[in-house]
Amino acid sequence: MDVILELLQKDARITPQEISKLAKIRVDEVKKRIKKYEKEGILLGYRAVVNKELVKDKESEVRALIEVKVAPQKDLGFDKVAERIYSFPEVKSCYLLSGSYDLLLVVEGRDLKTVSRFVSEKLSPMENVRGTVTHFLLKKYKEDGIILKCAEEDRRLAISY
Amino acid sequence: MKKSLVSHKVQVMPPSGIRVFFDLVLGMKEVISLGVGEPDFVTPWHIRESAIYSIEEGYTSYTSNKGLVKLRTYVSQDLKRRFGLHYGVEDEILITVGVSEAVDLVLRALINPGDKVIVCSPSYVSYAPVAELAGAEVTRIVLRSGNGFKLTPDDLKKAIEPDTKAIIFNYPCNPTGVSYTKTELSAINRVLERHGILVISDEVYDELTYDFAHTPFATLPGAKERTVYLNGFSKAYAMTGWRVGYACGPKDIIAAMTKIHQYTIMCVPIMSQMAACEAVVGTRKPVEDMRQEYMRRREFVVGRLNGMGLSCRKPQGTFYVFPSVKKSKMNGMDFASKLLKEKKVAVVPGTAFGPEYDGHIRISFATGFDKLREAMDRMEEYMKGL
Repeated sequence: MDVILELLQKDARITPQEISKLAKIRVDEVKKRIKKYEKEGILLGYRAVVNKELVKDKESEVRALIEVKVAPQKDLGFDKVAERIYSFPEVKSCYLLSGSYDLLLVVEGRDLKTVSRFVSEKLSPMENVRGTVTHFLLKKYKEDGIILKCAEEDRRLAISY
Repeated sequence: MKKSLVSHKVQVMPPSGIRVFFDLVLGMKEVISLGVGEPDFVTPWHIRESAIYSIEEGYTSYTSNKGLVKLRTYVSQDLKRRFGLHYGVEDEILITVGVSEAVDLVLRALINPGDKVIVCSPSYVSYAPVAELAGAEVTRIVLRSGNGFKLTPDDLKKAIEPDTKAIIFNYPCNPTGVSYTKTELSAINRVLERHGILVISDEVYDELTYDFAHTPFATLPGAKERTVYLNGFSKAYAMTGWRVGYACGPKDIIAAMTKIHQYTIMCVPIMSQMAACEAVVGTRKPVEDMRQEYMRRREFVVGRLNGMGLSCRKPQGTFYVFPSVKKSKMNGMDFASKLLKEKKVAVVPGTAFGPEYDGHIRISFATGFDKLREAMDRMEEYMKGL
């Protein structure tokens, strides 16, 4: 992966000037490449990482992982069904997997009822959906390589040689 | 007054002049400290995990005085792979309690009364006192900011006397961040070779070199026989608390050091040695990641400091900068004390590293980026308010 992308992934606040110095690439070249990545859909956005374990957010109080068994469609495979499913805003992530079921969804809602209703009224009745198993999420420990924990206190001596 | 029972040697050792300042820092809350001489990362998990496993497996005994054969083998292979340096596992490597112990051992192993040892100034705090404890007479070379705090062959020529036996040389250097290219080292080596002077080379920051490849002193032509190469795991692998280092050098010197080590220390704790084994053979990804992060902070800090009038060169290695506080019209100690009281930012006065450096402070960027940014903002306000 381009070092520019690596640096941005670590900290989206890094400036093109900083990238230029670290990667030893000219600033205008850095800017040009970032523009290109944005245009090509490689860079999709720049967001803060919020630890939702610590913030009350009414709209995403309850999270569930949902296994979905799907009957693939002729010529279209799973893509069309997946699209119908992931287009619901409640669906935060959607993956196609190998194994005993096909799609794995991460769904968020304001309470148990909302998520259950989404499953029973929107997802399950859908044509080609053969079955679902819903796991409610109790606690997140780590997400996308980030450990969801408060920064630990600095245990080092405040001053040393 | 009661006569002190403390030995004359220790009585005359200069007390650390900045102890009072250190106590002030340690007693204060909510200080952003840029005075820390160790990485802000914790030891990578794979290393910690392997130490835990070794304890579960019952590795709780003494090891060979020289250190675990396994660790010495890994160190030997690592030096060969990284630098083409060959040291024999059996008789040319000694595992020590950090580089600190190794410095003490090598000096005690070498020094006869009247021998002189060259120490550059500014330098890490232990060199001169430990050399004096070992009975050496210390010749100090005062490095000048005009030369970018670099040791030059001329400085060296002037300092060498008939009784000069060794030089303690540290690069990348704590506190200045200065390092040396192969060409610069070769010039220094030629002078030392002419006078047959032994080099005690502390290269513990070698993995934190940013602008060119690190050259171990022992790889220079003809230098290996006159070099005791010291390195450790503290800085590269963020393993300061484990206290593991090593010394490599000529057989007779390593044997002499081992003799002292076996009577005083016996061996490095086995758990620490097991952790060090994993550090050398495990993934190098964390080392690279840390280096990259330090590089980013270096650019940031050097830019900000120069911007606020605290002029400094870009360090070529380590996580330190050694700016001048001339613009503040204060000496380093007053500058640091006032900064601590008014803005709650701690830095180390330059005099900690040599009496000539009262116009400087040492700033460590082994602190998270956000804190570093906050500290730089506070320092900028401080400078504006002067």
